Amino acid sequence: MCLSIPSKVVKISEDETMCTVDTMGVKRDANLMMMEDGDVSLGDYVLLHIGFVMNKIDEEEALSSIDTYKEILNHMDEEERQRAILEDDECAARGATYTEEIKSNEGT
Amino acid sequence: MKELELKNLYDDFRDAKTIKAYAKIIAEDAKKLKRPINIMEVCGGHTHTIMKFGLPQLLPSNINFIHGPGCPVCIMPKERIDHAYVLSMQENVILVTLGDMIKIPGSNGSLQDARAKGADVRFVYSPMECIKIAHENPDKKVIFFAIGFETTTPMTAVLVKEVISKKIKNILFHINHVTVPEVMVELIDSRDVHVDSYNNEIDAFLGPSHVSVISGSKIYEKFPKDYERPVVVTGFEPVDAMQGISMIIKQFLEKRCELEIQYKRVVSYDGNLKAQDLINTYFEKMSLFRWRGIGNVPDSGLKLRDEYAQYDAEKVYSSVLPISQIEDHKLCICGDILRGMAKPKECTIFGTACKPTSPVGSCMVSSEGACAAYYKYGNLTFSTTT
Ligand code: SF4
Ligand code: SF4
Repeated sequence: MCLSIPSKVVKISEDETMCTVDTMGVKRDANLMMMEDGDVSLGDYVLLHIGFVMNKIDEEEALSSIDTYKEILNHMDEEERQRAILEDDECAARGATYTEEIKSNEGT
Repeated sequence: MKELELKNLYDDFRDAKTIKAYAKIIAEDAKKLKRPINIMEVCGGHTHTIMKFGLPQLLPSNINFIHGPGCPVCIMPKERIDHAYVLSMQENVILVTLGDMIKIPGSNGSLQDARAKGADVRFVYSPMECIKIAHENPDKKVIFFAIGFETTTPMTAVLVKEVISKKIKNILFHINHVTVPEVMVELIDSRDVHVDSYNNEIDAFLGPSHVSVISGSKIYEKFPKDYERPVVVTGFEPVDAMQGISMIIKQFLEKRCELEIQYKRVVSYDGNLKAQDLINTYFEKMSLFRWRGIGNVPDSGLKLRDEYAQYDAEKVYSSVLPISQIEDHKLCICGDILRGMAKPKECTIFGTACKPTSPVGSCMVSSEGACAAYYKYGNLTFSTTT
């Protein structure tokens, strides 16, 4: 679902096509090719969708929604937390079944 | 009736107090409405939020939701799924796609069935993974079966761009990208023709925020102007949805009819211009796209521009792809549901012959489909206690 926990940009590749984002402690890579060159800087908050940075999020808004998520995530154990954060970037275009799919693909 | 369990991970993504506060504001405002209003949420993500958090139960009875067509999986007509199936069965082909496409039954079966028969069908997190797959399988053709609304289209465009600039020879595309405003027009127009037994005229729209992150809110401009329907672009958290609904009601009370953005934290009027540019560089409008249950909608689909024909699997494999249109199971009323003319429970096989484990229609297959949302959450009552 499009819940969209804001992610913070912590690294940008030299050619500026990829970045590493931190979504409440979970790090992953995201593609920057949908953003104008120089538009995204270290420390910016962004919205992800299927591995791409879709846009920046206003910092103040980002921080306040992160607080809400934090409260919730505090109640989970580490594994649950990771899953919640990773699955957050999900939507109808991929659906809830995909995580299992990928896992089963990896298994084979 | 079960009570909504807040233990569930996702059910916690909200602020119960805020929702309750909005429910109160809405209830008070709704009393002043002269007539009931029907709000269509265009996107399946919203249908899911609305059902999961029991919003209909929270809202006064003169606020009615009409569920729209908006899930890329739900609206895929069977013949397109058949295309995916046939492509996956070709020799030396790896068919790559996203998400729930796996379970949707086509006329020969689903992609899952194709896989059971030995086809190489892969589900990826991001379209960019095709590059790695193509690299690892130089003697095979990787066909990306692309689905999704405005939100997902630019990601496919980036992949096309990479394939061209890196001169990758073994990636092809089957494009099924569709656009939201055109189908909204179709839904309004088709109502003018039908005698409306459900009294379900669409009075206003909740526009999905993710679409507008890319396309901007501007794509909805004509709805308040030419069709006298307010549109509020709204986020997916329940608090967002409640605020969006409240904004719509306020418009009715104040006799305004406008395009507004609830989800200002990422949505602007113009949207992501670079992404729009990418879309326009590689894609153009198809004259018609047949939406499942809704039928042909002019200008609502995209295809690769002619100059990229060599990457277009629909053209390259045209000799093997079926062309006939295939209708749904007779008892399945997905079509009416996607048009907002019926609710899932009106389907005679809802929850019996058709369940998420054995779906008959796509509205039950997709996790964002209206039938799936009703099946999962339809009996819940709203509670803010843990
Ligand atoms: S990305 Fe969001 S708006 Fe688009 S289909 Fe998925 S859930 Fe709906
Ligand atoms: S319950 Fe199943 S058969 Fe009935 S409309 Fe929904 S998806 Fe179609």
